[in-house]
Amino acid sequence: MSGAARSGGTVVVGASIAGIAAVEELRRRGFARPITVVGEEVGPPYDRPPLTKAVLAGGDPADCALRSAEWPEEVEVEMRSGTRAVRLDLGARELELDRGERLPFDDLIVATGSVPRRLPGPSLEGVFTVRTLDDALALRAALVPGARLVVVGGGFIGAEVAATARRAGLTVTIVEGEATPLARSLGPEIGTLIARIHEDEGVEVRCGLPVAGLEGEGRVERVRLADGSAIEADAVVVGLGARPCTDWLEGSGLTLGDGVVCDSFCRATADRVLAAGDVARWDHPRLGQVRIEHWENAVAQGRFAAGALLGLEEEPYAPVPYVWTDQYEHKLQIVGRPGPDDDLVVVDGSFEERRFLAAYVAGTRVTAAVTLNRRASAMRARGMLRDGIDLPGLLAGFEGVKQTGGVIA
Amino acid sequence: MKVKVDYEECDGHGVCVDTCPEVFALGDDDDEVTLLVEEPDEALREAVSRAVGLCPKAAISLEG
Repeated sequence: MSGAARSGGTVVVGASIAGIAAVEELRRRGFARPITVVGEEVGPPYDRPPLTKAVLAGGDPADCALRSAEWPEEVEVEMRSGTRAVRLDLGARELELDRGERLPFDDLIVATGSVPRRLPGPSLEGVFTVRTLDDALALRAALVPGARLVVVGGGFIGAEVAATARRAGLTVTIVEGEATPLARSLGPEIGTLIARIHEDEGVEVRCGLPVAGLEGEGRVERVRLADGSAIEADAVVVGLGARPCTDWLEGSGLTLGDGVVCDSFCRATADRVLAAGDVARWDHPRLGQVRIEHWENAVAQGRFAAGALLGLEEEPYAPVPYVWTDQYEHKLQIVGRPGPDDDLVVVDGSFEERRFLAAYVAGTRVTAAVTLNRRASAMRARGMLRDGIDLPGLLAGFEGVKQTGGVIA
Repeated sequence: MKVKVDYEECDGHGVCVDTCPEVFALGDDDDEVTLLVEEPDEALREAVSRAVGLCPKAAISLEG
């Protein structure tokens, strides 16, 4: 059978922000052939950042809808919600779906995202992860004022949940195996600051001890730490990061390696198969092989993959990563990619006033910048990072601003 | 082409400023962006469209 006779058009697997962005970009660029979106979750696509904040705090889940109910019709896309792709057959250029159906495709964009890591051991009631809207709503029901919540893992998700739960009147403990929250991604100085912000709000932050396990009879009762001590809990949130959703691609012939391995144009190792968002590990011209789990990258990479599919992208995909986190009244923004051994230099403001711009520096080269409650500076630094910049250059770029803190690390 | 910013939503991320500084600005002490041009030149359509898509709060819309 010829490809043309059974044309499947373009199939996007994943109905979250990367997939949606890819679809919209294909249409915006004039792509007129059929597009099908296969999405595992039932219901219309929604935005994930509000899940740990507004939704958890009692907001209307409808407020985080990504698009209107009319969207599929407007962009002429067939939505296959509540449908999971279980296998990829590259030879036949078909997807196998969870009810046995086979879906042919000419082009494939993999945007299946990531799933939270869990703790080993039997599943217990009262233990939550936060990835989906259903996850957030289930956790929300457990956020009863006065209840004791233990957050395992002090990353972005864990810290945001802790902040929201604390504001909802719970007794909150963050348990982090590293020396500080966010240590691996942002280093000990920012980690210590985040810990202090939480402590000032009345959250207990216990660092440096891994969790040995969760205990309880059917329902979680306590979190056991590696030194044998325990923290009593009415509910536990596990925020130990995520792994890319590539299980369904095992054995397909696509090269996998902590994600779908792609070239610098987001093309996977098969013809006309691309990947975008959390699931994609691509060859970034400046950063090497990276996989980025940030909202803004999911959108930008979804758009890029669409352009690359159409042969319209001339330069490799080389963004300066951007991520933010909102905790209590604070907005922390990070542009670039801090290295584990970088020094942190305060450029403007100070940790004390909780308003600053600081640069991550390797030698004299600036690798990333972080701001707390200093929105304009984050994006100015991002522009400078795009062209590559050293510390004197960055300081000069923030005209009239003198270095206030010196090297902290 | 007409650009609108929903200031109920805008949280001052500044991605639009980074994407299309001809149309959006963010002052040093501001928590929300300023729209510099309501009806930008057609040549900026690509950049404005990108700003619309990349806004973390979906606060920007483009008409026409």
